[in-house]
Amino acid sequence: MNEHPTRLVYFAWVRERIGRQEEDVALPAEVETVADLLTWLKGRGEEYENALQYPEVIRVAINHEHVDHREKIAGAREIALFPPMTGG
Amino acid sequence: MTASVEPYVSIQREDFDVAAEIARLTTGQTNVGAVVNFIGLCRDEAGALSALELEHYPGMAKAEIARIANEALERWNLCGLTAIHRFGKMAPGDNIVLVVTASTHRQAAFEAASFLMDYLKSRAPFWKKEHRADGSAGDWVDAKEEDDEAAARWAR
Repeated sequence: MNEHPTRLVYFAWVRERIGRQEEDVALPAEVETVADLLTWLKGRGEEYENALQYPEVIRVAINHEHVDHREKIAGAREIALFPPMTGG
Repeated sequence: MTASVEPYVSIQREDFDVAAEIARLTTGQTNVGAVVNFIGLCRDEAGALSALELEHYPGMAKAEIARIANEALERWNLCGLTAIHRFGKMAPGDNIVLVVTASTHRQAAFEAASFLMDYLKSRAPFWKKEHRADGSAGDWVDAKEEDDEAAARWAR
């Protein structure tokens, strides 16, 4: 386990399907990239499986900046998961 | 010259005043020869929708729009740039987003405003949920591929 918990925040239908807005998790050391995180989260229960069924559509931001799924998550304070954006 | 221009970015629940926002960029600025506004409004999809709910990522929305605004300031010679995005529940006809660009000649203002909106649509962390006029449960609005394509045309 990493020493510090990581805050996960969820928006729009990702938030609705997971059923919570945010949570603090202790990530296992083998969860190194965003893609690893999505796979690990999917295994946490039916609501996560439902939200992350198609991980390729999930957009991710680390510490408030967009990243792609290959990005390493070491040192991330806050990781946000959300659908493609529809502002404007 | 543009390095000294600071964008004005606001993420807010309340409406904005378009005339006041133009004045913010032009008052005392005798070098401004062109101002372009873009205003995005809530529409009712031919009567099907009673409202749109705009969710946003409070920690990131302003920072991301500021990043896009600063990129516009690097790419075009602008005298001023404003981007205001609202969140919360909007009724059809309500304002959602405002972009104002000011420049010496019109082309920079037109192009920068267009760039800003294209990037904002695909990168600013906002999500729209429909409220349907018949009272049935509304869906989250799907992102459009055209919006990604519109942003991609500015790639360098």
